[in-house]
Amino acid sequence: MTAVDPIDALTYPAARGGCPFAPPPAYQEALEQRPVTRISLWDGSRAWLVTRHEDVRAVMGDRRFSADARKPGFPFLSDGRRELAAQNPSFIRMDDPEHARFRRMLTGDFIIKRVEALRPAIQRIVDGFLDEMTSHHPPADLVAEFALPVPSLVICMLLGVPYQDHAYFQERSRILLRNHSTAAQVRRARDELSDYLQELAKRKELEPDEHIISKLIARGDLTREEVAGMSLLLLVAGHETTANMTALSTLALLRDPAQLARLREDPTLIKGAVEELLRFLSIVQGGTLRVAVESAEIGGTTIEAGEGVICMLSTANRDSSVFATPEALDVGRDARRHVAFGFGVHQCLGQPLARLELQIALETLIRRLPDLRLAVPFEDVRFRTDTAVHGLEELPVTW
Amino acid sequence: MRVSVDPGRCCSSGQCVTAVPEVFDQSEDDGVVLLIQPEPPADLRSAVRTAAAICPGRAITVHEP
Ligand code: HEM
Repeated sequence: MTAVDPIDALTYPAARGGCPFAPPPAYQEALEQRPVTRISLWDGSRAWLVTRHEDVRAVMGDRRFSADARKPGFPFLSDGRRELAAQNPSFIRMDDPEHARFRRMLTGDFIIKRVEALRPAIQRIVDGFLDEMTSHHPPADLVAEFALPVPSLVICMLLGVPYQDHAYFQERSRILLRNHSTAAQVRRARDELSDYLQELAKRKELEPDEHIISKLIARGDLTREEVAGMSLLLLVAGHETTANMTALSTLALLRDPAQLARLREDPTLIKGAVEELLRFLSIVQGGTLRVAVESAEIGGTTIEAGEGVICMLSTANRDSSVFATPEALDVGRDARRHVAFGFGVHQCLGQPLARLELQIALETLIRRLPDLRLAVPFEDVRFRTDTAVHGLEELPVTW
Repeated sequence: MRVSVDPGRCCSSGQCVTAVPEVFDQSEDDGVVLLIQPEPPADLRSAVRTAAAICPGRAITVHEP
């Protein structure tokens, strides 16, 4: 027998290297050497790691790859994640036509025109939290005082969830997203969130408002459990992601003063800069997960039915055949081909909202705090590596 | 250039509307793509190609002569 190929020893998840923004070096090497390769999971099972842009789009856009975690062979990141995915799945873990039925109940709320109409409200929210943060002396934790409250309040407003309950659902969301949460912890956090949202739905059956939860109830074709499940997905997906993007984007710009200066001199770059930051940071660090339901060839490799596939969005977004000098942050480049929101029928439903929130939050932060800087050495900033969504524990800043 | 769209493949990501609002729009009900200009003028063609390239449902087809 020949020695085990070192690439065969790839594990999921893997540690990041020297640059905290870059994907694990082992995955970036896989992209160069064996773009579709075997990887071992926490429980010793195997899956395929897909690293190239073209191949990631091929898997995500192909119905032979299922997002249904109840199908045999579906790859899980941990025991806790299996617990979350396997029970009462929401439409992110369904295939069409079931998935499309639920998704289409919400797409009307996320069309560009309707999201753009939220601009003045989001600007007020952003200004409000910045006013509060700057009303006391620096330093401040930008995560707790700005990056997290902005999208939390926005998603509460859209769903019709009382913002005063934010500590309750933020704490439980975090347990759901943390890799090392046990199955029992995940079950409990999910059940508590689900009960909370079902109680809220019950109240809204009696006193409806004009927000998403009430509109879902008013359709009349969803059970209370289904309404709560869809609300839970939106609530969790809607605040942790944008919050972590805001914090990491701020840090990446503070770390790269030349790019920050370009953005400061020409605020019209903000839209493109947000796309570039989405590409550069690729916060969904575990990638997107699928299982083959028929055999399919991807990048010259045959994947058999029943084999799991991990699409590494972060390496696809650093594929030099699509993005020149991918390791560089360049706020002037056209990064719109990135797959930070995924690809195919599950591509992020909330993307117009996330884009608008990020554009407003970052533009306002840069404009209002021209002397914004880190209050600790860069090396002391604590990253969240043990989560589905990459982020920061806190971001101490001064101005 | 002629453009066609397949509403059955549309995922309502809205990226085409952001890229070329002169050519694409979305239904108010479910966000599904609406084609406003099947034959876009020369100055919009490169943006239309980008919209087709980034469409997550591959719902946009560009026919070039
Ligand atoms: C920068 C912020 C965000 C990033 C990077 C992000 C990323 C993603 C990714 C990669 C997926 C695809 C998952 C898969 O295919 O398995 C996804 C799906 C989803 N996202 Fe986001 N997201 C963000 C913000 C939001 C926001 C603000 C909302 C809600 C308002 C949201 C709601 C959803 C939902 C509901 C899905 C499931 C869509 C489906 O399965 O059809 N996301 N997101």
